[in-house]
Amino acid sequence: MINIFEVSETNRMIGEQNLDVRTITMGISLLDCVSEDIDRLCENIYDKVTKTAKDLVPVGKQIELEFGIPIVNKRISVTPISLVGAGAARTPADFVKIAGALDRAASAVGVNFLGGYSALVSKGMTEADRNLINSIPEALSSTRLVCSSVNVGSTRCGIDMDAIRLMGHIIKETSEKSAIGPAKLVVFCNAPDDNPFMAGAFCGVTEGDCVINVGVSGPGVVKRAVEGTKGQGFEELCETIKKTAFKVTRVGQLVAKEASQRLNVPFGIVDLSLAPTPAIGDSVADILCEMGLEKAGAPGTTAALALLNDQVKKGGVMASSYVGGLSGAFIPVSEDQGMIDAAAAGALTIEKLEAMTCVCSVGLDMIAIPGDTSESTISGIIADEMAIGMVNQKTTAVRLCPAPGKKVGDTVEYGGLLGHAPVMAVNPFSCEQFIARKGRIPAPIHSFRN
Amino acid sequence: MKKTVISVVGKDAVGIIAKVCTYLANNRINILDISQTIVDGYFNMMMVVDMDDSPKPFSDISSELVQIGDEIGVIIHCQREEIFESMHRI
Repeated sequence: MINIFEVSETNRMIGEQNLDVRTITMGISLLDCVSEDIDRLCENIYDKVTKTAKDLVPVGKQIELEFGIPIVNKRISVTPISLVGAGAARTPADFVKIAGALDRAASAVGVNFLGGYSALVSKGMTEADRNLINSIPEALSSTRLVCSSVNVGSTRCGIDMDAIRLMGHIIKETSEKSAIGPAKLVVFCNAPDDNPFMAGAFCGVTEGDCVINVGVSGPGVVKRAVEGTKGQGFEELCETIKKTAFKVTRVGQLVAKEASQRLNVPFGIVDLSLAPTPAIGDSVADILCEMGLEKAGAPGTTAALALLNDQVKKGGVMASSYVGGLSGAFIPVSEDQGMIDAAAAGALTIEKLEAMTCVCSVGLDMIAIPGDTSESTISGIIADEMAIGMVNQKTTAVRLCPAPGKKVGDTVEYGGLLGHAPVMAVNPFSCEQFIARKGRIPAPIHSFRN
Repeated sequence: MKKTVISVVGKDAVGIIAKVCTYLANNRINILDISQTIVDGYFNMMMVVDMDDSPKPFSDISSELVQIGDEIGVIIHCQREEIFESMHRI
């Protein structure tokens, strides 16, 4: 039977070290909502989402209460809307109507966010994909809960540079319409079908009609455990992280199973992630510092992060029957107080963050850049990150937030879990002619791996 | 049978166990296991209980125990046993 020390260890993790389940995300397929009439389509979508997810929030709260574990977000992901809307939406304005229906549905069931206002264009764009992408600035500024993502590359297909050029423009326009807009928009390479985390969640076409995916968290718990390894070797460090990740993930697995049973919806995956929040002590950067770095971004950071990411996966994989999503340590700047401090102190640059994304989940995340950064430079940063994902067969993503009127060193407030970010310097040299080239980068060769 | 763990943490005082146990008895909650220790002057208690025969729903019991904790100056958590089992047992 459980003993008193185990009970108090668990409750200390929850009470003092910010252990929580970051999200229960219900994936809902909207393929059966398709109609040729835009109003009918919006009605079908609203009805399906509100009917399928009506119990999601109450069940989430019930689980929180019974197990005493906070579940910070209840979310919905839907089939990429460029597919669902292709038959009915002829213009970007039509797609904005769909975004409105999604926003109303999300609001009606009380979820925190709804993801899937997405297009998958790693090889080329259909007319519908293009219309959806062009509608993103308006869709994100006129809705509250809708999140958008665009997958522009994959290891199998290469990178669609036309889409990247377009996304440079769209991100800039989105930031001009709404300060928080770009925080709800992600550009992906190798986007997974079952990611429960926002802003990039969507319910892939490989999924069933409805599925429950859970994202765990717990940087604070790992940090506290690593504190106990000061002066010890790498073997002890790795063992400690692995064991802690196992415990954290088991809670996620339990919550996923319970939610799936109570909602009568199949369990999909647990996403093994270390997802920081701006709360003090809930930081991935702090774990790196605890390992022995003065600040995140110091030499050794990429190695420390690689170790951390790998041990989290090794511990987590044993704790859950199905693992998926983005699984790994997140390094968003604005959502992690340690990252914010490191960036403000000049220890962390976009280039170092880019190196870090080679060994962790997911990418350049929640980085504020000067408002006068050119569209082609934004596209260039995206292209670099996509190339890392394509060549290394991993998911990479970019969530850049141009801050209109702000310059390097200023601070941008996003509020809540999105936190605040110091505006970071962008390399001033141009890539305009490279980005202006039309077409795509071919898929990489899968042999001669160097 | 669904087991529940009730944990009590706080400054030691006379009658903590009595107060909690009286509440449990009045609500037909059976105590299966109980252990208690004092660490640095702080009272730590854990009970494993069976609530199946209680007429009250889990949410009421949980919130009433929290309220009792407030009255006697301790923190009381009421959690289903599975969260500890899954975290600490393979």
